[in-house]
Amino acid sequence: MGGIGRSVTRLEDPPLLRGQGRFAADIRFPGELHMRVVRSPIAHGRIEQIDIADALDCPGVVAVWTGADVAEIPPIDFRQMRIPGLGDYRQPILAQGMVRYVGEPVALVIAETPYQAEDAAELVFADIEELEPVMTAVQPLGEFAPGLTTEAGVVRKSYGDLAAAFEAAAHVFELEFAIGRHTGVPMETRGAIGFWNAEQERLEMHGASKVPHANRLAIAKMLDLPPEQLHLFEGHVGGGFGIRGEVYPEDVLVCLAALRLRRPVKWIEDRKEHLLAANHSRDQHHRIRAAVDAQGVVLGLEDEFFVDQGGYVRTHASTVTDLTAGMLPGPYHIPAFAAAGHIRLTNKTPAGTYRAPGRYEGTFVRERLMDAIADRLGIDRVEIRRRNLIPAEAIPFKRGLDALGTEVVYDAADFAGLLAKLEASVDLPALRESLAARRAAGEQVGLGLAYFVEKSGLGPFDDVILSIAATGRVEIVTGAASVGQGVETVMAQVAASVLGVAHTDCTVVHGQTDRIARGMGAFASRVTVMTGAAVSMAAETLKDRLRARAALLLQADATGLVFEGGLIRAGEASVPLGEAAAACAAEDGTPLLTAEASFTTDHMTYPYGVHLAVLRVDAETFGMVVERFVVAFDVGRSVNPMLVEGQIHGGAAQGIGGALFEEFIYSADGQPLSASFADYLLPTLNEVPMVEALVLEDAPSPINPLGVKGAGEGGITAAGAAIAAAVEDALQGRVSITRLPITPGRLRILHLN
Amino acid sequence: MKPAAFAYHRPESRAQALALLAEHGDEAKIISGGQSLVPAMNFRLARPPILIDINAIPGMDDIREEGGTLVIGARCRHAHFEKPVSSAPIGLLLSRVAANIAHTPIRSRGSFGGSLSHADPASEWCCVARGLEAELVAESTTGRRTIPAAAFFQTIFTTALRPDELLTEIRLPLFGPGWHCGFAEYARRAGDFALAMAVVACRVEGGVIREARVGLGGIASTPVTSPEAVAVLLGQAPSPALFLAAGQAGADATSPDGDIHASGEYRQDLVRAMIRRALTQAFA
Repeated sequence: MGGIGRSVTRLEDPPLLRGQGRFAADIRFPGELHMRVVRSPIAHGRIEQIDIADALDCPGVVAVWTGADVAEIPPIDFRQMRIPGLGDYRQPILAQGMVRYVGEPVALVIAETPYQAEDAAELVFADIEELEPVMTAVQPLGEFAPGLTTEAGVVRKSYGDLAAAFEAAAHVFELEFAIGRHTGVPMETRGAIGFWNAEQERLEMHGASKVPHANRLAIAKMLDLPPEQLHLFEGHVGGGFGIRGEVYPEDVLVCLAALRLRRPVKWIEDRKEHLLAANHSRDQHHRIRAAVDAQGVVLGLEDEFFVDQGGYVRTHASTVTDLTAGMLPGPYHIPAFAAAGHIRLTNKTPAGTYRAPGRYEGTFVRERLMDAIADRLGIDRVEIRRRNLIPAEAIPFKRGLDALGTEVVYDAADFAGLLAKLEASVDLPALRESLAARRAAGEQVGLGLAYFVEKSGLGPFDDVILSIAATGRVEIVTGAASVGQGVETVMAQVAASVLGVAHTDCTVVHGQTDRIARGMGAFASRVTVMTGAAVSMAAETLKDRLRARAALLLQADATGLVFEGGLIRAGEASVPLGEAAAACAAEDGTPLLTAEASFTTDHMTYPYGVHLAVLRVDAETFGMVVERFVVAFDVGRSVNPMLVEGQIHGGAAQGIGGALFEEFIYSADGQPLSASFADYLLPTLNEVPMVEALVLEDAPSPINPLGVKGAGEGGITAAGAAIAAAVEDALQGRVSITRLPITPGRLRILHLN
Repeated sequence: MKPAAFAYHRPESRAQALALLAEHGDEAKIISGGQSLVPAMNFRLARPPILIDINAIPGMDDIREEGGTLVIGARCRHAHFEKPVSSAPIGLLLSRVAANIAHTPIRSRGSFGGSLSHADPASEWCCVARGLEAELVAESTTGRRTIPAAAFFQTIFTTALRPDELLTEIRLPLFGPGWHCGFAEYARRAGDFALAMAVVACRVEGGVIREARVGLGGIASTPVTSPEAVAVLLGQAPSPALFLAAGQAGADATSPDGDIHASGEYRQDLVRAMIRRALTQAFA
């Protein structure tokens, strides 16, 4: 029937596979205009003047605007994790006097066709006085603006007595680690269409994703519109990964243009723009100190880290820094901890979240530390982890930290149990033996393993309106969003489980601000947990009513009724679900039987797992081949195991990309050198092995009705750490990996030294 | 990422194409598979005012053998070489090379002559043409001439073709009995532009190498030959030690530039490895 736990195929797929998808670029309005953004070619400078005369003269050009034309629009505000001091670093929708990264919007051209817009945009000339750029987060602070340094803020978190820990330490480790600048690269680039709906006297933005409700409020505020006069509509979305769907300058610009010109205005990002304009992420530098006892147990950990924020602080404010600090200790007990994360402005594309934000980085740092401790103290790398893991009896475990504004409490976990299951599943002793034999025969091959704790199910709420028609069809309206991860299928499965209908009899509506008043959207691996809970609550509410009604109809005892196959049964007798629903609806005087439910929570739920990589290093080229990649991941309860595995596979591929291939590199004067797919190297099928997923359900969450934990990010989190460990193992300690990505050229230099 | 405006011609005969070239010269650019040109136009790195599409001209993708020579029509797609086009050693070599060129969609469209005319220093076909001493046939309304590969590649994206000339044929040695050919390249991902590549052809007689050709790509502004590696090989019996020595000699004589993907020193190491591997493959 397609209830919870079944690997049913996706409800989303038929239109996508038939080419009937409606992605942003597929949305067309009669009379639409096309926007082209003119971007700064200079990393840091003062705008002297912008010459638009030639562009205005071009055929088809309707408008050319510069910063002066939008000066009254406030900068883009923060969606979450606002901390004092960041406000001055927000981005205007068009540069106001200064440019701070190559790719920053300085002007726009609106024309009848995209070709005309692009032709005219070439003729907009910005005269920019170049200033010295700041190109790393660890260099001395520069001036952002008069009275403002390039350090926007510092996030500090701590617990325990760190001084005592270092006093008691038998060994002290001091290490530095760096993670490269990556981004999530959705297959579909961004796009936004602003449409003035004259009939309804409202502004619409199509092409929304991720957080349509939040963006509706944010854009309405910026444009000084009452929120009810703006609606956002999500179509199909070709991947999000954290970066897509935030409010960016272009989203506001198309809305503003549609409002001013009273014509539809469409902007579709090209790939080069995407790599310059959409959020970057990662790019952290960590300096850690660890106090360790004689047995390798970590007594205290201190981390000072620097986040390369790029040119502005965007919607995520301190999110990545906050998550890095709050999640850094991971699955280990570590009685004392302090972290200070410096948010530093540089002259690169601004940064935000990307799948497992802060955890990919922090896990790399922490797990590399564990390997370093193991190696120096002569302890096995798996054993060192066992010695430090939080024991199962200490769960639920209050971490003593907060993350995303919630107290970090590991709600359900058996860290050692999962590790043991992974070891058994891959037969670790035999695997190590076979790798040793290959090394003895001359190959450079090794394995690495890294532990991670993820977070998921961020609140505070999710609402669902669930209705049942007389036909028995179920409609679920949610304020969640779909970035392609299978929201419709999963929500349908949850409803189907409760109501005993086929999941294919359920329709899921998401991402439409005119269908439901509030919505939190899709991020932080939250939808299955939060929306799933709300769906199950709404369905249970209706089920109670239906049960009572069916008992009357069937002249049967309500407690003995069974919901299955679209019927409500009492022994041999049954009534179709739709018929019972219609009877209830008639009572209510409504066409559909409807219930609303809201699930609220103050706490996230914490899935966890281990990545294991087997990797070969070529002796001549230093090329690295990931031969095997295993992800053991406890998700509490798997609504659709196939989709969970899909999340793991995709995450692992991106994790391998960040570990070995992907990196935004800049020249000393701030020119991006990785602004195309020829230079920003995504892993392809050739570089990613068939990922082996060991999905466990040993630690269901006690804090939501389904017991689920979010599965969106655990495929990527520990990939950098596990691969780095595998490279070291392959080269048998001849190199020490402290930086991602590990490129053949860098590995060669490490090996030479 | 929309190209600047251009005029488009699709001649149906070679004569028409040459007449258009004669008329427009520098203003015109030939489009064959478009796998390099179209992206460059979309980035507006190239903005030819006139495109002359040669895809409707009959007979530009014939392959034939003439004496000891393989004659390749300039519009032959890369994918055409995935299975050996000749039973002579060149056929197997070209199939090994083709497997390294980009990805399937690009191989099905991109053409041999287009690659040579584009003259990307990291192009496999350019490396093969230079290393194996191909002859390139160029035609214009004023006649036909044959350009040795050594004179053809002038610098990055620049060839000896005149603005009114169309590359029509590539002539490669078939390599008869006694010849051994090999190719190797290293790229960070399958299908990427290689960081270094080597092509070799050696004729063995009486157990020793009597003739040898070694070409290198991806390491300079044009594909180059390696007389230093050749000198090591000549008169010697093939062996792993010899291959390594040839690689070392070849690498020592190069001074590649670095970029974000590989430093010059690293590329030099790769040259050594690729010569060694190409030789190993040739004699496997």
